[in-house]
Amino acid sequence: MTASATSADASTEVPLKRRLRRAERARQVKALALVAPLLVFLLFTFAGPIAGMLWRAVDDREVRQVLPQTIAALAEWDGKELPDEKAYAALASDVQAARASGTIAIAAKRLNYALNGFRTILTSTSRNLKTAPEPGTAKETLSKINPAWRERPTWTTIKDAGGPITGFYLLAALDLTRNADGAIVAAPPDQAIYRSLFARTFIISLSVTVLCLILGFPVAYLLATLPPGKSNLLMIFVLLPFWTSLLVRTCAWIVLLQSKGVVNDSLHWLGIIDEPLRLIYNRFGVCVAMTHVLLPFMILPLYSSMKAISPAYMRAAASLGAPPLTAFLRIYLPQTLPGIGAGSLLVFILALGYYITPALVGGAADQMISYFIALYTTETANWGLASALGAVLLLATILLALVYGKLVQGQQVTGGMKN
Amino acid sequence: MEAGMVTPAPALVRFSGIQKTYDGEHLVVKNLDLDIRKGEFVTLLGPSGSGKTTTLMMLAGFEVPTQGEIYLADRPIKNMPPHKRDIGMVFQNYALFPHLTIAENIAFPLSVRGTGKAEAQERVTAALRMIKMEAMAQRRPGQLSGGQQQRVALARALVFNPQLVLMDEPLGALDKRLREQMQLEIKQLHERMGITVVYVTHDQSEALTMSDRIAVFNDGVVQQIDKPDALYEHPVNSFVAHFIGENNVLSGTVETIDKEYCRVALAGSGTVTARAVNISGVGASTSLSVRPERITLVPDGSSSDGANRLPAKVQNTIYLGDHALAVLDVAGNAEFMVKLQSGAHDSLRHGESVVVSFRPDDCLALDPV
Repeated sequence: MTASATSADASTEVPLKRRLRRAERARQVKALALVAPLLVFLLFTFAGPIAGMLWRAVDDREVRQVLPQTIAALAEWDGKELPDEKAYAALASDVQAARASGTIAIAAKRLNYALNGFRTILTSTSRNLKTAPEPGTAKETLSKINPAWRERPTWTTIKDAGGPITGFYLLAALDLTRNADGAIVAAPPDQAIYRSLFARTFIISLSVTVLCLILGFPVAYLLATLPPGKSNLLMIFVLLPFWTSLLVRTCAWIVLLQSKGVVNDSLHWLGIIDEPLRLIYNRFGVCVAMTHVLLPFMILPLYSSMKAISPAYMRAAASLGAPPLTAFLRIYLPQTLPGIGAGSLLVFILALGYYITPALVGGAADQMISYFIALYTTETANWGLASALGAVLLLATILLALVYGKLVQGQQVTGGMKN
Repeated sequence: MEAGMVTPAPALVRFSGIQKTYDGEHLVVKNLDLDIRKGEFVTLLGPSGSGKTTTLMMLAGFEVPTQGEIYLADRPIKNMPPHKRDIGMVFQNYALFPHLTIAENIAFPLSVRGTGKAEAQERVTAALRMIKMEAMAQRRPGQLSGGQQQRVALARALVFNPQLVLMDEPLGALDKRLREQMQLEIKQLHERMGITVVYVTHDQSEALTMSDRIAVFNDGVVQQIDKPDALYEHPVNSFVAHFIGENNVLSGTVETIDKEYCRVALAGSGTVTARAVNISGVGASTSLSVRPERITLVPDGSSSDGANRLPAKVQNTIYLGDHALAVLDVAGNAEFMVKLQSGAHDSLRHGESVVVSFRPDDCLALDPV
């Protein structure tokens, strides 16, 4: 039997592995066809925009398009002294061309990000440069129109903004900048807001995560241990917030927490306070509202990890002599760690990107990174900086997810229960 | 009923008037009185819902008796939390802690008791050696087979030398061969270590193999507590007779009673002599119990040795390797089993008329089913 099978293998000359692959191929193709719509959808709505955002964070072609000759002339410039006459002539020519095509504002906006007041320099130059300067007098003419052209940083700014790619926005997002010599240095204090902004975003997210964990753990435990009828009812209450719009829930908190709100009125009526407490438009309000919104995201992963823990474990621990607290800390809690990790990561990452809630119930000092991203995209149209902030946030989130993945991998347990 | 009590030793566990209800309407355990002596292997045997597991859980401390008291070494323990009872327990699905290694699992009862590191290490090593799993100390429960997990659960329940070990259907999840091997291992451990074991199972052959005494539960009541052979030979009622071992039932009415024996008119036809074990009197209906291996097929003829003889019709024969079964129609019971030697069944044909013979001592008149 075996011998004939072996000879059959030899005669057909098709290795077993290849035959297996061939047999599996149809299934693989079918599976791929089934996921293809989602894949395409994700590509267009998720991967594409993210790649676009990352690109915009380093894309820097605006100045190059408006002042092409200047950028070319500055390519050779070492940045130690003022550039030579050739560069001035190129600039004068570029400015005149840009005025004609009406694109001067594009370059002015970009250069103004790097050097405050550059907009004025460029627009005044454009306005006052009626005719092309005589050959050899470009430097003098321009310097007369605006003395800034006699300063080295003006030129290094143009050279740095020459693109086509730049680290300018990413550095700015980290409160860093390049000085006139091209070295990376800390940004001037009045512009260095992003690190503290990131820190604030992380602190608020972390507070909300911890609050969600503290509040969610007992609820999840209750859900996992109650008899099915009661736990289903409780689950509906947990999921109730999902059925209400985020905006409505946030506004409800405003009604509750404002100085003439339900909470303050009740406390006043009970005689506990004389003056209304400041419960909203500050960090407290932001944390309360965000915790409320994000709590289900903590409870559900916790619930699912707890549901998988057989009550037999706690019984076994007790029968082996562990008092309830010891049994909880040494047997129950470690087994909920995957749930705690998943819930915390979910809540933390969702909280990092929160926008509406802090914007509505927070004060000026409680706005998170998303607020500024939205501000730069919608108000000031500084796409570069908005993208850079987004990229930094994305990077931080990915790092966190990787760390979490590593932690969970180490903790992976299959469980000893056979049911 | 207490025929097995030949070596009186002090009771380690005493259930006294225990009742348990979950819903306040139905008693899951009705008036349980049970003594378990030190060093004994007692099995609580019964179908599911008979109250055996509830009884074990009350002993372990996971359920509180509705009424009555449980004494462990003469101390009432009804209100003592489980972790203070010093009772080791092996669970149905092992309940090994999945996030701990095998060694950590076995060390757990020692570490919660504050046993010193060196001593704990020593005892864990000894326990691993006992179950022949030294090489697997650093594995996790998920990486072990069912039988190995069962051994670890056993070692974990024994490592802290509890005064009592409870086992709740510990072999239920294993296949037959492994189950039989584990039965012997547990039995040997029990004998070697002199531990007291209370074992719950619904598998009667498991109970017969391992136990010193078996308490047969049904409907929340202990039907009989006895040594395995006594349970088999002298069941006190139809339930026990039917639950332990194979059993043929013939129903009939008591005609006369003569000391230990009675004459019973069968519902089908014929009259037999049976031992009067559990009948209410003349005229009462009764169920006769006859074991398949106590019946012989005889050539048609009249009785000369006082044995009961009944005509039968062959329905079927079943070959089982080491023996064979003849399924007969006897006095209205169409599933009357007779155990034969292998080969003896060949000559039997469907519909053939034969005569079965069994001694009055092997025919027990019990309560009607």
